[in-house]
Amino acid sequence: MIDFFHIFEEAKNSLLANKLRTGLAVLGIVIGIASVIILMSLGQASQKTIENQIKSLGSNLLTIIPGATQSGGVRSALGSVNTLTLEDALAIKKQFSSSLINDVSPELSRRAQVVFQRNNTNTQVIGVHPSYPSIRNTKLQSGQFISQTDVDGLRMVAVLGPQVVSDLFGEGNNPIGQTIRIEGKSFQVVGVTESRGGTGFANQDDIIFIPLSTAQKILFGVDYLSSIAVSVREEKQMDLVRDEIGYFLLARHRINNPYQADFRIMSQADILNTASSVTSTFTNLLSGIAAISLLVGGIGIMNIMLVSVIERTREIGLRKALGAKNKIVIFQFLIEAIILTLSGGILGILVGIIITFILSNLMSFIFTISFGGVILAFFVSMAVGIIFGYYPAKKAAELSPIEALRYE
Amino acid sequence: MDLIRLANITKIYKNHFVETKALDRVNLVIKKGEFVAIMGPSGSGKSTLLHILGFLDKPTSGEYFFEGKETSQFDEDELADFRNKKIGFVFQAFNLLPRMTALKNVALPLVYQGIKKEEREKRGVSMLKEVGLVEKKSNLSNQLSGGQQQRVAIARALITNPSLILADEPTGNLASIQAKEIMEIFKKLHQQGKTIVLITHEEDIARYAKRIIKLKDGKIIS
Repeated sequence: MIDFFHIFEEAKNSLLANKLRTGLAVLGIVIGIASVIILMSLGQASQKTIENQIKSLGSNLLTIIPGATQSGGVRSALGSVNTLTLEDALAIKKQFSSSLINDVSPELSRRAQVVFQRNNTNTQVIGVHPSYPSIRNTKLQSGQFISQTDVDGLRMVAVLGPQVVSDLFGEGNNPIGQTIRIEGKSFQVVGVTESRGGTGFANQDDIIFIPLSTAQKILFGVDYLSSIAVSVREEKQMDLVRDEIGYFLLARHRINNPYQADFRIMSQADILNTASSVTSTFTNLLSGIAAISLLVGGIGIMNIMLVSVIERTREIGLRKALGAKNKIVIFQFLIEAIILTLSGGILGILVGIIITFILSNLMSFIFTISFGGVILAFFVSMAVGIIFGYYPAKKAAELSPIEALRYE
Repeated sequence: MDLIRLANITKIYKNHFVETKALDRVNLVIKKGEFVAIMGPSGSGKSTLLHILGFLDKPTSGEYFFEGKETSQFDEDELADFRNKKIGFVFQAFNLLPRMTALKNVALPLVYQGIKKEEREKRGVSMLKEVGLVEKKSNLSNQLSGGQQQRVAIARALITNPSLILADEPTGNLASIQAKEIMEIFKKLHQQGKTIVLITHEEDIARYAKRIIKLKDGKIIS
């Protein structure tokens, strides 16, 4: 039996003898594996983060948005029509008993330019009623929320999300009592909400609340709503209440055919599904990119193994002349390839996990590691290492010893 | 006793366009303990003959008896076994593995016999003593001079206690003083009863041998 330890030692020596080449090969594998893990983990994390945010809005929530109307064969996009009014919201509240629904929140949301002294930001301005915080799970950090008096009196008051506070006033400054300008009109800041997390388009802290009446009549000059949120008392009554509200609104809007409804009612589950399908497309895209980087890493391993076998053709010839059988020669190179890919693989997993951890902290994602990604990356790189280590070694081992010895 | 008997050994090399007859019906007997030099101009087939004798190459036709055993139909693994156990090679270019100590180079053939490390090193040290290089056993082979490298290569050729030592222009890359040292070692080995076949084109090297075979155009002419 061949001395396994000796072969292992020789493989180690030969890898250490050419540190640059070995280092580059390992680097290629590390980058390939780490990027697969990072991309797949971040994809999963963003999906979880968005799901959690949507769930945090409350599971008993129905959202009514203006829907597509069919007029002369032209179908307009969801949300682009102005069919919902404050009267619809008030009528729903009046129609349904408090045994079925908790409250109704009429909302008008627009993006607007907001200025405080020299700072300015473009943010979401939303006109609301006092019912908003209880329905949308919004908590105040300081000051007070929009009150019924504010709505009735068309007051120029605003409640800011923490992101807006830090954009306009700087971190840690108290904005209450200050005056900001929204689209050129002065508003007094009366409250600041608690942070709810989220980044980019999903940032729920980048928001300003003002009285709905002020938003409609003074700021934007419209009389419709962008959404009505209804909080249902019992989760198991969601479907019932949804249908009841649907028929009620159809009757109010004098529409006979439910397929021609000019609104849509969505539950949190619907919104979650929509968001999931978007984020899973995103995750798939990331996985595709990761697969490409893994392939590039694999080609790197292939090149290194090929070069390392070819430049040692004479050595292979000598070993065969001294009595090494083909399978021993192949085995030796295979061990080298395995050491190379294994160490690169383990290092790549560590690097991937560390970078994922750093990035999820930076982007305030939930830190998760895609175990599918870890296993996939690891086995693909192992397979590539073994196949591309085995193939050139087999070709070299099959050369006749004299040919191999003469190789220049 | 005959160590080697070649009967009508022919070797033909083919490439896409031409066939080259490197050996043409060679008949040769080498007895145990002989010291033979093969001479001839380049292209005469002396290297091919040495390769066939050393099981590095197979003849196209003919029979090769080694210690009375017909070997021309051996498969790759049997050839590797014979190269390992029966033959000791000494090459013109030394062919030591760089980045490996002299001792490890010497002991390398024993690895392929599955011999344990302590035993390999023990035998390696005694072989290095034989060629007078035991103090260099821990040096990397590429730190040694040409003459020292060739002595390490001879120690490697001897370590399996082979029946036949084959040397392909062993002094071709050496200065004349070192060449003389190497030939003195071969002479000593011959006196100990080893069978040695070497290729050379230098007359004064060939004179160390007790028998000279001259080749021309793939045939033995004397």
